[in-house]
Amino acid sequence: MTTLAPPPTVPASAGEEIPIHFKPARTRADRVFFACLTGASLIVLLAIGAIATFLLTHSIPAIKHAGTKIVTSDHFAPTGGHPSFGMVGILQGTITIAAVALLIALPVSIALALMINEYAPRRTRRTLTSIIDLLAVLPSILYGLWGLKTLSPEIDGPTRWIASHLSFIPLFRVGPGDPIGNSIFVCGIVVGIMVIPICTSVSREVMSQAPRDVCEAALALGGTKWGTITDVILPFARNGIMGGALLGLGRALGETVAVLLILSQSNVVHWQILTPGGGQIPALIAQDFTSLPPLGQSALTLAGLLLFTTILVLNILARQVVMGRPQAVFS
Amino acid sequence: MTTLETRAPGSFGAPPPGAGPPDTERPVRPPRTAPGWAWEFGGSLGAAIAVDVVGFSVLGTSPPIGMFVVGLLVFLVIYGIVSRVLHGPFVMKDRLAAVYVWVGGALALFPLLQIIWTVTLKGLPVVLDHFPAFLVHDSANAGPLAPTWQSGVGHAIVGTFEQVGIATAFTVPISALTAIYLSEADSRLSRIVRTIVDAMMGTPSIIAGLFVYLFWVQPRGVSGYSGFAAAIALAILMLPLMIRTAEEVIRVVPGSLREAGYAVGSPNWRVSLRIVLPTVRTGLITAMILGVALAVGETAPTLFTAHGSSQFNFNPFHGPQANLPLQIFSNIESFSPQFVKEGYGAAFVLVFIVLSLFVVARVIGSAKPGRRRIRLPRRLSKEVVSP
Repeated sequence: MTTLAPPPTVPASAGEEIPIHFKPARTRADRVFFACLTGASLIVLLAIGAIATFLLTHSIPAIKHAGTKIVTSDHFAPTGGHPSFGMVGILQGTITIAAVALLIALPVSIALALMINEYAPRRTRRTLTSIIDLLAVLPSILYGLWGLKTLSPEIDGPTRWIASHLSFIPLFRVGPGDPIGNSIFVCGIVVGIMVIPICTSVSREVMSQAPRDVCEAALALGGTKWGTITDVILPFARNGIMGGALLGLGRALGETVAVLLILSQSNVVHWQILTPGGGQIPALIAQDFTSLPPLGQSALTLAGLLLFTTILVLNILARQVVMGRPQAVFS
Repeated sequence: MTTLETRAPGSFGAPPPGAGPPDTERPVRPPRTAPGWAWEFGGSLGAAIAVDVVGFSVLGTSPPIGMFVVGLLVFLVIYGIVSRVLHGPFVMKDRLAAVYVWVGGALALFPLLQIIWTVTLKGLPVVLDHFPAFLVHDSANAGPLAPTWQSGVGHAIVGTFEQVGIATAFTVPISALTAIYLSEADSRLSRIVRTIVDAMMGTPSIIAGLFVYLFWVQPRGVSGYSGFAAAIALAILMLPLMIRTAEEVIRVVPGSLREAGYAVGSPNWRVSLRIVLPTVRTGLITAMILGVALAVGETAPTLFTAHGSSQFNFNPFHGPQANLPLQIFSNIESFSPQFVKEGYGAAFVLVFIVLSLFVVARVIGSAKPGRRRIRLPRRLSKEVVSP
């Protein structure tokens, strides 16, 4: 215990920059320059405005046609003479997949973040962090490929075991003779694995900023490592973990390709998550959009708009929650 | 990024004599709370494996995953009891938590690495067996019964490069300028822009594709599909990520550097373009490359925009165009093993591209910032250097 932290070399206040109230004179070139900057940022605003406007205007026909049935019925049949646009089914599927994904991703990504930061040898930390960042940009089609070709056959046995032994839980109930697989459950696992890097990356980042001296004080008082984690690091990083979870939720709600490859879609409320069926908005859009008549397209646009707004709000929340200050996901 | 932050003005206090390196470098290692840990751990592990194997051979076999789960539970119980009896509840909790962290971390990493491993294992032979052919041919001749391989992913590689290239050409200047704007200006507009950019970070990729389809493809009718439309969709997804990362990078430029620029009379634009940007050059390049790496692998936004194709189409402004993710998607959806095999080949090419981009970004990003001198304009350097 000779290596207690050296006393901080700098008084804490010196690290903060004193704001300088100094405005350099603006030349004409400066005004042009700032006009360029503002113009560039306006393009961003324009883009999001255009997206919102287009989705909204294109979804009006469906709203007019279906009215409140959109949120009260789960019958989504966009074709035919009397199309109906009840979205409860696809909303339920989307949310359930994301929920399963988060339930799987959150515990292991907290463990992974703790492992990288606290348990693994110090030399490996940079490498592990790099690997996590790499996995966060790994294309989702690869997760879909893996989920379809590698995981689905592997998960079959455990799924059957769950179906036969845990069927007292309503979610795991499987009717006699029902097939198993291509289900919300498998999609949830794949999407969960996909969001692990994001949750880990954000929560690890925040955990690594936990005050080291407090951790060391806890150890000096005879606390165990786990005690330090539960009493110092986790409370400190709670917001970061929440933010990471919200970002992960956003990605899980919007994941398209993996779900499109795996789920056999049925667009009705489907609570038996082990059997094929259930719907998910992005996958449904990807599968059906271009082949539908205009009114059906309008309905799917409305579903897309719902999803888009939800994820925007989730993201703003996540950013606000992560320490109240903006943070880059990759840094 | 920490290297930059530690250089921030004011953080260079004179270290007291004899003080070691900063405390971030050498942490205090908690002592092992109890000696004899290895024996107890090994003993519990051995006992658990024994119980597991014997139990399953008596009761009947089970797939490996079942044996693993049961073995883990048995181990946790034995290890917990041993630790509790020998060392008390705190040590027990600590040790069980360590098991949770290691097992959880391994469980998280395992599938992720398995993805890369599987794709390499199945894809690399496909690429190597027909080495140049697979990368330069298109898949127009591909068929489940095609006797020889004349098919490849050349057309998809071309499409990916053109689409991502166009998207990058759009996004790099816009995101650099917006990032400067966000870090320089502090107005109501800049706060709105920042919030919007934050919100856009998670735009579901299918929505970007949907928007471009409604906005660009559908009005043009049958000939609406094009690589350019895909590029717009990719740009929408790349912009927020690039802006946000670039802004983070610009933000760590020490204020003193800016002030020094103002002090020698530089106008605002010159400080931004000639001092701030060169200083964070490496970080900016990293941000841009990460944006590109993300765009290379996007499938959903290109479904309705590039649409995919099995032939070469070098013109990104006209007609459906393939790209790697779309090619993988259509290949693995098919029931023909031959197509699936080629899909793995394409997946390996994609992994290779993303991995190389990532490594390049890391290498550039880890170069020490400001290693290269900022060249002052000659007029200015004369004034400064020669009194």
